[in-house]
Amino acid sequence: MSGEHAPSTPVAAERASLLTPFNIVTGLIVFVGLILTILRFTKGLAGVTNLSDNNPWGIWISFDLLCGVALAAGGYTTSAACYVFGLKRYHSAVRPAILTAFLGYALVVFALHYDVGRPWRLPYPIFYSPGPTSVLFEVGLCVFLYLNVLFLEWTPSALEWLGLKKWRNVMVKMTLALTIFGVVLSTMHQSSLGALFLIAPSKLHPLWYSSYLPVFFFISSIAAGLSMVIFEGTLSHRYLHDKMDDHYLSTHDQVHLGFARGAAVVLVIYFFLKLVGLALDNNWHYLLTGYGAMYSLELLGFVALPALMYAVGVREKNLKIIRWAAVITVLGIVLNRFNVSWFAFNWQLPAAERYFPSWMEVAVSIYIVTVGLLVFRFIATRMPIFYEHPDFKEAELEEEEPHEHETRPHPQSFGH
Amino acid sequence: MQRRQFLGLLGATAATAVLGKPAQAGPKHFTGYPDSYGVLFDATRCIGCRRCEAGCNRVNHLPAPARPFDDLSVLDTKRRTDGRTFTVVNRYETAKGIVYRKNQCQHCLEPACASSCFVAAYDKTPQGAVTWNEKVCVGCRYCMIACPFDIPTFEYWDPLAPKIMKCHLCYPHITAGKLRVPGCVGACPTEALVYGRRADLIREARQRFHLFPGRYLDHIYGEHEMGGTNWLYISGVPFSQIGLREDLGVTPAPEFTSGALAAVPIIAAAWPALLLGIYAISQAKDKAARQEKREALKEALAKAKAECDAELAKVKAKAEADKKAAIEREVKKALEEAAKAQAAKEEGE
Ligand code: SF4
Ligand code: SF4
Repeated sequence: MSGEHAPSTPVAAERASLLTPFNIVTGLIVFVGLILTILRFTKGLAGVTNLSDNNPWGIWISFDLLCGVALAAGGYTTSAACYVFGLKRYHSAVRPAILTAFLGYALVVFALHYDVGRPWRLPYPIFYSPGPTSVLFEVGLCVFLYLNVLFLEWTPSALEWLGLKKWRNVMVKMTLALTIFGVVLSTMHQSSLGALFLIAPSKLHPLWYSSYLPVFFFISSIAAGLSMVIFEGTLSHRYLHDKMDDHYLSTHDQVHLGFARGAAVVLVIYFFLKLVGLALDNNWHYLLTGYGAMYSLELLGFVALPALMYAVGVREKNLKIIRWAAVITVLGIVLNRFNVSWFAFNWQLPAAERYFPSWMEVAVSIYIVTVGLLVFRFIATRMPIFYEHPDFKEAELEEEEPHEHETRPHPQSFGH
Repeated sequence: MQRRQFLGLLGATAATAVLGKPAQAGPKHFTGYPDSYGVLFDATRCIGCRRCEAGCNRVNHLPAPARPFDDLSVLDTKRRTDGRTFTVVNRYETAKGIVYRKNQCQHCLEPACASSCFVAAYDKTPQGAVTWNEKVCVGCRYCMIACPFDIPTFEYWDPLAPKIMKCHLCYPHITAGKLRVPGCVGACPTEALVYGRRADLIREARQRFHLFPGRYLDHIYGEHEMGGTNWLYISGVPFSQIGLREDLGVTPAPEFTSGALAAVPIIAAAWPALLLGIYAISQAKDKAARQEKREALKEALAKAKAECDAELAKVKAKAEADKKAAIEREVKKALEEAAKAQAAKEEGE
């Protein structure tokens, strides 16, 4: 059984060899990140970024915020599938997805501290001077609330780790309410990230500007969420294999097949919605321009292609194809968010006035992702994320068999 | 008051909203504050002397520019407003020769900046000016994304307290009684700039069209653009030739997002109901499945028990029989032995 894998080994192993290539690289990235942090808060945004009055949002918004939030969508999609749609067989995927989402959102907020002019005022829109006519207000409020929801959804793992049974059971009882609240909040802010750009029809290229932007962002976030669960599961499977219990491992492939089927359907719907948008705005003639080539690449190469791959992968039960489809979908989401907020934004400005990030902006983004990776690893190697805590295993089943499991396994069974 | 205006607009357009058909201008459509003030810029009178820039710089105590205001070679390159400059004059080569145009905040009737700011730092004053409040701004720069005229600028070099900078139509100076007209208007030597009530300015513009036939295009830029602005332009050449976009349309900026915002309460109300419904269905299905399973289990158990009992009975019977046989065997053995012993005893005697 799995219990014996639990916390102790990795800590010892880490201590034994601190100078692994992984540690050297991440250490270096973190070091550079800290220096750039100092630069940012002594020299201002001008000291590290290529932002300008014409290009007020750069890669920190395009990548850290827009991609970050979209790629953290695995949290709400997985928990909705498991708890609302009653697909219990996806249970083992919930905890990793919730953890990823929680860290994702925490990092988004962390990254915003670099981007906004006066970060300590970030609570202002919610607590001090709300501007409810702003789409950004909606984004801020939802992200703030959802971050709290994700934190609460994540606490059972921490409480199990700490052995606080009573609290842990209280939190587990709130699962359904939290899940529904989470889905509502996600729907609203995933879509309003797209709605942010509705106010600038004169700046965003017509191929991407659409009154359906909020719908596009929402639907594609579902595809992003499902694909990220597969992508992240594959990586974890590779690098955190010894942290996984038999239950996780035995359902792993099935979870991926199920998510792949879901992603295929969502991508097909998304594809046709995009076509409907194109037709309604009658933008066909733009397809033959340079931007049109970019648009076609996005739609055919990063929506239609992975949809097809998912479908084939599901039919032939070929997990390899499915994993590649997940990678392509994730890249496609990144490409789409970049197109909307960067490549096709300010398209009418002369080339000399367009934005391109400085290496320091890119480095800060890499640094933030690295911090996330480190925290993820820290938590996943210590807390019951990929395995069920032996003390609590039966608790999960309680609902299924209300009367027949009064006896719990003895606590000492941990590590037998 | 301004915010309530917008919320009213949101309400009016809520119905058309969810899939974002262009929001219709209902009876509540906002046409600007009555008696608000503005400026009329006449491109046929501007001589590109940059005195307005100097006037603005002086009354607002902005830092001195790298090159002095009377250095007209600055006009050789196209400039925009920035964190140290509220207004710039640019020179344009047009079909009708050189034309100059001043640029600054247009003070929209329904400003994109104000509707986009998530801390409500902007205010459209009833007097016409769009002002910005340093005390609440977070520096997110969404207002800069939103402004169709690319006006708000940011102090990117300031590490801790960068400000959004833009023309405020000298609102603070005029309300404090320090100025009668905005700094730029007061400095203009050719009356290319006129300050006054917006309604009067529109009338004045029409009068000039009438008085000087052929001199102007019959269009007041800003009367309807983006829902109307308090800054108005008239010109003898198409506005696109002097850097004013003619593809902006007449829809006020807040209407672009009102549909999406109106969808929020709908999602908030409908989604939980829908999700709970789905949950109930999946639970019911689960329960039915569980019930079935339990029944099947019971049946199986009963059957197994019956089989087991039968087996047991058989075994018992067999054991019974075995036992009996064994006893009989033992008795027989004992009897035989006893008989043998008897026989031996008899022999021995
Ligand atoms: S021109 Fe731009 S900054 Fe000025 S009021 Fe209009 S939206 Fe706001
Ligand atoms: S930068 Fe300041 S004024 Fe502009 S939208 Fe953000 S908070 Fe509002």
